[in-house]
Amino acid sequence: MEIILENWPMLLGGIGTTIALTVLGYGFALILGTALAVCRVSPIPPLRGAATVYVEIFRNIPLLSLLILIAFGLPDAGLLLPYFWCGVLGLTLSSAAFVCENVRSGINTVPIGHAEAARSIGLGFFGVLRYVVLPQAFRTMISPLVNVFIGTLIGSSLCAAISVAEITYVTQQLNIRTAEAVLLFLVAGVIYLALSLAAASGGIALEKALAPGRRRRPTTTQAMMGAQQA
Amino acid sequence: MSTNSSSATQVLFDAPGPKGRRRILLLSVLSVLGIAGLIGAGLWQFAVNGQLDAAKWLPYLRRDYIAFLGEGLWGTLRATAVAAVIAFPFALVLALARLAPLRPLSWAATAWIEFFRGIPMLLVVYAFLLALPAYGVTFDRFWMLVVPMILVSSATTAEVFRAGIRAVDRGQHEAAAAIGLMPRQSMVSVILPQAVRLVLPSLVLALVSLLKDSTLGFVVSYNELQFQGKNMVSITRFLVQTYLVVSGIYIVINLLLTRVALVLDARMQKRAAQG
Repeated sequence: MEIILENWPMLLGGIGTTIALTVLGYGFALILGTALAVCRVSPIPPLRGAATVYVEIFRNIPLLSLLILIAFGLPDAGLLLPYFWCGVLGLTLSSAAFVCENVRSGINTVPIGHAEAARSIGLGFFGVLRYVVLPQAFRTMISPLVNVFIGTLIGSSLCAAISVAEITYVTQQLNIRTAEAVLLFLVAGVIYLALSLAAASGGIALEKALAPGRRRRPTTTQAMMGAQQA
Repeated sequence: MSTNSSSATQVLFDAPGPKGRRRILLLSVLSVLGIAGLIGAGLWQFAVNGQLDAAKWLPYLRRDYIAFLGEGLWGTLRATAVAAVIAFPFALVLALARLAPLRPLSWAATAWIEFFRGIPMLLVVYAFLLALPAYGVTFDRFWMLVVPMILVSSATTAEVFRAGIRAVDRGQHEAAAAIGLMPRQSMVSVILPQAVRLVLPSLVLALVSLLKDSTLGFVVSYNELQFQGKNMVSITRFLVQTYLVVSGIYIVINLLLTRVALVLDARMQKRAAQG
């Protein structure tokens, strides 16, 4: 237990870095993913195609491969980023694909009649999305999007492989120094569990606050397609 | 659902008139130019740094390069297959345990599932790599990678099975009870066969995430594709090229698996629609 107390600042720094990676990566992914989803439902074929290709690539690339490519591969092509921002970039690119899929299937749960009604009162493509479809869609998307957040949190541990000093990396370093493996890994595991439980309960609270009565749940396959795994 | 969803996105805009069509054409041309510009800028960046030289790309067509990466790919597929073969049945047992009426059993399964779902696999890998040897427990590299894969995948896949079991119509339980089957019999011979069929597409997707998880062989130095890429880099120094080729291989395999899942799902939906 002493080891934990002695190295508390280092662990705290690790927790901070993990949270920073997750929040930044997820925040940018939310923006990029929503933009991609709008592209995918837009009437402009090249944009649809480009967004589809993006999602297919970044949903299917293992996050670790992506991080290694960005951190160790791209400097060769003259794109040098600090490792922390490599991590944020990798998490953003990969999570955006999952955000896009979930936003798109959220849009599809809005009854067609609503979009038709919105169009018949004269709203254009962006008007329909902005005022009628997206506000309803976001409510059904909360729980899948919280899952993407947790996926980003868990994925952020892979940044340890590109030497970003987040919890997993700090744990491993402390373990080399102190050889108190079991205790350290238990503490790290508890920290991750606490963070993802906090995110999950935050999501449930948000969902309750915005509950629209009855929700349409996506099928298991759709949930899996949107589910993010490292 | 699929026909429904495609029309839902089509209904967001009217069938365009002549003016709208011209605008769509204009925007299409502009976005093609924009996308081409982005790709061009990327290629330019590569070219300026001499990363597009044929000498750096052509070797990947050479037999020894392909054999070298093929060895890694074999390692990846082997780890994924072994992990899946052990993890999926185990996941089914976990799901049944979680749904069991016996409270302690259900709690234990729930704790296992939530624990391994909530922590990153890399942490489990490090625990196996660093913590266990301190107690004299050592595995060879293959199991160092595969055991954490099994632990994590069993938890996520158990939830898939649970969702499948709960998705089987209530009437099936009642009908099974009505013809005098005990709860266990009805689970084995009525519910499970349907549940497994329902989750088949999701299982293929679980295979995709197992394949992605196998990249952590990079950390334990097990000879899978990502690690083999690292080995290749240390010999050839073609960093971007090797990692791009490796990532490309992963993308292609996962893309194929995802397609299989979609086809299975579509067939299932069709069958369900026919009733």
